[in-house]
Amino acid sequence: MNYVALKMLFGDRAKYLMLLCGLTFAVMLIVQQGSIFWGLMMWSQASITNLNVPIWVTDPGITQVDEVKPIADTAVDRVRSVDGVEWAVPLYKGLLRARLANGEYHQITLTGLESATLIGRPAEVLEGRFEDILQPDSVVLDQWAVERMGGPTVVKVGTVFELNDKLARVVAIAKTQKSFTNIPVVYTTYERAIRYVPHERRTLSYVLAKAKDGLSVEDVIQRIQTQTGLGAFTAEEFGWKTMLWVLKNTGIGINFGTTILLGFIVGMAIAGQTFYLFTVENLRQFGALKAMGASTLTLARMILLQAFTVGLTGYGVGIGLATVFGSLTASGGSLPFVETWQLLLLVLVALLTICIVSATVSIVKLARLEPAIVFR
Amino acid sequence: MSTMNNDSQPAAVRAHSVVKSFGTGDTKVTVLKGIDLDVYLGELLLLVGESGGGKTTLLSAIAGILDIDEGQIDVLGIPLSTLPPGKRTTFRGQTMGFIYQQFNLLPALTAAENVAVPLLIQKIRRPAALRRARMMLDRVGLGDRTEFVPKNLSGGQQQRVAIARALVNEPRLLVCDEPTAALDGANGQKIMELLREVGRSPDRCVMVVTHDSRIFHFGDRIANLTDGRIVNIERIQQEGTV
Repeated sequence: MNYVALKMLFGDRAKYLMLLCGLTFAVMLIVQQGSIFWGLMMWSQASITNLNVPIWVTDPGITQVDEVKPIADTAVDRVRSVDGVEWAVPLYKGLLRARLANGEYHQITLTGLESATLIGRPAEVLEGRFEDILQPDSVVLDQWAVERMGGPTVVKVGTVFELNDKLARVVAIAKTQKSFTNIPVVYTTYERAIRYVPHERRTLSYVLAKAKDGLSVEDVIQRIQTQTGLGAFTAEEFGWKTMLWVLKNTGIGINFGTTILLGFIVGMAIAGQTFYLFTVENLRQFGALKAMGASTLTLARMILLQAFTVGLTGYGVGIGLATVFGSLTASGGSLPFVETWQLLLLVLVALLTICIVSATVSIVKLARLEPAIVFR
Repeated sequence: MSTMNNDSQPAAVRAHSVVKSFGTGDTKVTVLKGIDLDVYLGELLLLVGESGGGKTTLLSAIAGILDIDEGQIDVLGIPLSTLPPGKRTTFRGQTMGFIYQQFNLLPALTAAENVAVPLLIQKIRRPAALRRARMMLDRVGLGDRTEFVPKNLSGGQQQRVAIARALVNEPRLLVCDEPTAALDGANGQKIMELLREVGRSPDRCVMVVTHDSRIFHFGDRIANLTDGRIVNIERIQQEGTV
């Protein structure tokens, strides 16, 4: 009877397409919104992922990566002295204003890397050489800085601008993950960064560290916390901390959460209702099959087969459309779009659940159906 | 009222004191008020009577697709009215064929596939079921229409497909509800001729609910059901007269 079930499903093309459209729309809406939300969350921790180091050490009261709480310069040596730490380097991170030659001001994030190792430097350089950052007054911009500060005609390798009345010369353009705030990032050495910013008693923002090979990162982090009294986090932990802060302290959590939830409810309601209506409209046909000797179990199997067939087709098409949308919009970096397997799995489970629920409602209706309906 | 006109034949269908009501309280309507009826193998029985008299309800009850409130219905010696629903469904699939006023063909299936449905329900493999279905369609004169979907067939042709579907699993009880009601006079006559020709057999009984007096002469007996009671059962003496 599987053959009959599928022919019933595909036979009425208009009904089938309507059903498929409902499910496809539901899946696309959820995947698209969910992926944009997750993309935004990834952007919120771009400052962490762009530096790509395993351990972050700072003030224990830190709430998120961009809310810097300076610590004493001695922290670097104290972290280095912890057993199990392979290396530890200082990092400066702070906001500053850049004044371009055309007189425009732009707020930038100044990132100071240890000059000896340049640990935390972006992996990919689009233009120039990152090592030239060691030359006097040199800085490296990320590609978003170029975009925000007026484009490649205004800012390029060789451009000179001022940071707190001090000269800064662009020697390279690096490729980085776009950040949540999209404030231009200017890389320089730690020592030069300190010279650029107004004098403060404490200038060290973070200590970046790595555990020795073979040691548990969690154990080393525990030791750093115990021996230095500082807060130490894995990059992943710090990323989640930042993400949760953004969710809690900005409207993103509620706004996107509501949109996704509504998308989910509306999408699933459309899917469930459409499939239920499909069954109800075929009730007379099912009644005829029941009169001819088809058991409720046989009809239930037919309905489940129809539900899963159209559900999985809608899932595939919906994900395909959402992915095309994502690849078109995210390729330019203008829209955050990160499609994760967890989201796809969640949507699949939700869709199958709604298929099962709507099929079950239909099956219950069929089980109660007196086949005498066909004589009316 | 039990008929004993055919004592030599065992009763294929035996309805005894059948009562069926719909609704509750003030809106309760008793449609069947103690029906007694025997139908014999080899005969074609017409159930006639005024609209709302209970003809279709009685047919549904005898076919086991409607529960009765009181009484008993035996079909081919099986107490159908007391069988559990699952067994009743299986019994129905194995022994009965149905012909409906509105044909109830599955619109997405071809004529051959529609006819094969009762066999597929009996878990006969599709190629074998389709082979038998095409043979049955040939018997009802639609051998050249096996791959047509219902919407491309005329009303008469659709009813022929329905007859083929009802007969394909060689049922011993054929129940027909107003099989000519959706057809014009000429087509109605043709359908009844076909039903007599291919539907009747010594080991099968055919029950037809109808109010179409033009087809009365096709029956062996006519049971008149009025206001929930069988008021008389007549044997057809000669073609067209009762």
